[in-house]
Amino acid sequence: MRENVVIRTVVRLAVPFIQIFALYVIVHGASGAGGGFQGGVVFASSFILMTIAFDLAYTRRRIGSRGTMICSALGIAIYEGVGILCILYAGNYLEYGVIEAALGIPHLHGYLIDLVEAGIGITVMAVMTSIIYDMANRGGRSA
Amino acid sequence: MTLIDHLPVLLVAGPIVASLLTLVAGWHDRRLCYPIALAAVLGEFAAALVIFRQVMGGGTVRYDVGGWAPPMGIELVIDTFGGFILATIMLLALMTTLYAFRSVTKEIPTEKTVSFYVIFQVLLAGLIGMTITGDVFNLYVFLEISSIAAYTLISATRKPHAYVASYNYLVLGSIAAGFILLGIGNLYVATGTLNMAELAAMLPGSYDLATVHAAFLFLIIGFSIKAAFFPLHLWLPDAYTESPSAVTVLIATVMAKVSVYALFRFLFSVFTLAYITEIYPVTGVVLLIATIAIVAGAILAIAQDDLKRLLAYSSVSQIGYIMFAVGVANQIALEGGLLHILGHAVMKGCLFMVAGLIIYQTGTARLSELGGIARKMPLSCAAFALAGASMIGIPPTIGFMSKYYLVLGAFEAGLWPYAAVLLVGSLLAAAYIWRFIEIAYFGGHHDEHHRTEIREGPASMLAPALGLSLLCLLLGIFVAVPLEAIGLAVAQLLGGA
Repeated sequence: MRENVVIRTVVRLAVPFIQIFALYVIVHGASGAGGGFQGGVVFASSFILMTIAFDLAYTRRRIGSRGTMICSALGIAIYEGVGILCILYAGNYLEYGVIEAALGIPHLHGYLIDLVEAGIGITVMAVMTSIIYDMANRGGRSA
Repeated sequence: MTLIDHLPVLLVAGPIVASLLTLVAGWHDRRLCYPIALAAVLGEFAAALVIFRQVMGGGTVRYDVGGWAPPMGIELVIDTFGGFILATIMLLALMTTLYAFRSVTKEIPTEKTVSFYVIFQVLLAGLIGMTITGDVFNLYVFLEISSIAAYTLISATRKPHAYVASYNYLVLGSIAAGFILLGIGNLYVATGTLNMAELAAMLPGSYDLATVHAAFLFLIIGFSIKAAFFPLHLWLPDAYTESPSAVTVLIATVMAKVSVYALFRFLFSVFTLAYITEIYPVTGVVLLIATIAIVAGAILAIAQDDLKRLLAYSSVSQIGYIMFAVGVANQIALEGGLLHILGHAVMKGCLFMVAGLIIYQTGTARLSELGGIARKMPLSCAAFALAGASMIGIPPTIGFMSKYYLVLGAFEAGLWPYAAVLLVGSLLAAAYIWRFIEIAYFGGHHDEHHRTEIREGPASMLAPALGLSLLCLLLGIFVAVPLEAIGLAVAQLLGGA
């Protein structure tokens, strides 16, 4: 694709705002509309925008296939970890209240929800990005 | 609360943790994947047995995820029916995992074995989740998890035909999932709840709403596609034939049974017997289609030249037997239907394992090239013969017992012509099983000279096949053991509990 200064400049400007908005949506999930899934998709959309405006190699330098793979597993691990931690604190799976009660830290409940949402967000972001990598990769190996 | 109380959620969380462990271990060393997968499945099997004993001893096990009480939160419920299915599928999953090691090494590209075991655990997580959840939307989510994992596993051999089969299943599976989601949405609109027990309590008040009827039809069609109930079975033959042997065993036994379970769950637990027989009578139609499925599936099976495809069409026929129980919808027939879920899982698992063994040793499953194979692989073919006898329904195997109960149920309901169709189905099953037996034991003297190198398959693949074939016999003789659980389960289903 030919260099297009307007598109590239706009994308350079827009990407940080998209990512900030994505983080806002993820953190907002505990108390209002939003959440890990939506935020993850918004975050991935910034990478997709980069892929469209620049090229695959440009985006891959920022988050590679290895990165997306680690992230997708890491997110689930965070989710599972918090869930099982609640069982270890003698609550039900994902029953955050018991950890808050046991440690006596106020609002820990909310932080744990944020942590779980962040885990979901990381996984969704990584999986969306790896899907776009595979689709943009024309017939080559998806290594 | 002790660890035992957390078993329901650990059954779902366990496979996911195992899949992560497999991924990390596989990064370090590919050979670590299989031991982890085996240990995980062993653990899940043990947990399923513990829960099953708990359910048989003390009634339904419930677990509130996140500590939220049921109508608001998601609930995991294991009643007798769920516990029975859970124990059945985990037994088959364990056998498949034992069988998978050599089969996967040979059939799946080396660089994909790590992903294979990871996705294998994800598939199990989805299927276990579908079995134990008490929330209809949660069931949909687990259905999607298991479906996506299955699409991937079917194409794991990376052959062009496997991609086509997987893609066909993806399209039909997505349509099914869409129907199911629409049905669930309609139920939510009509009642305002997604909890199964709550739905069962609230739905009778809205039984005259068109929304509820639409939801019912969406759900029954969606799950019929997933369970491959006759005219909606088109994805099944390709998917079973083209996937790796271990995957065929898993999806033909575990996955097919869980889809049938979900259908039963909706028909009898969410909607009730009164709804499907009186308010919106579908049992007559189901009975008619089931009998067509039994005969058509068997005839299509007879016409096949590929052993795996033959067994796949036989599955279409056998699903018809299970749905026949829904059509008759009385205590005895449903006992037969549930017994057939167990029996068909065991015998079809064994038959597909033998088909996989033959492919492993000879590289082909074409019946015309397998003449005299029984002289080279006597144990495998003996296992096939025993499981095949069960498929036909020769006493004292499990297949005989389940068909016996189905026929008794049909007699009790006064459906004599339909009972006759069941017997015709058995004769047709004899025809397609006999095709292989004849070729294997009496065929192909002429090409013996260039087949001398073929021997019995590896022990780790042979042992599960032999074990399952013996189980066909033992379950038939000691049929009272599963029937104790099945009787309770059917009573709960018919009571609308």
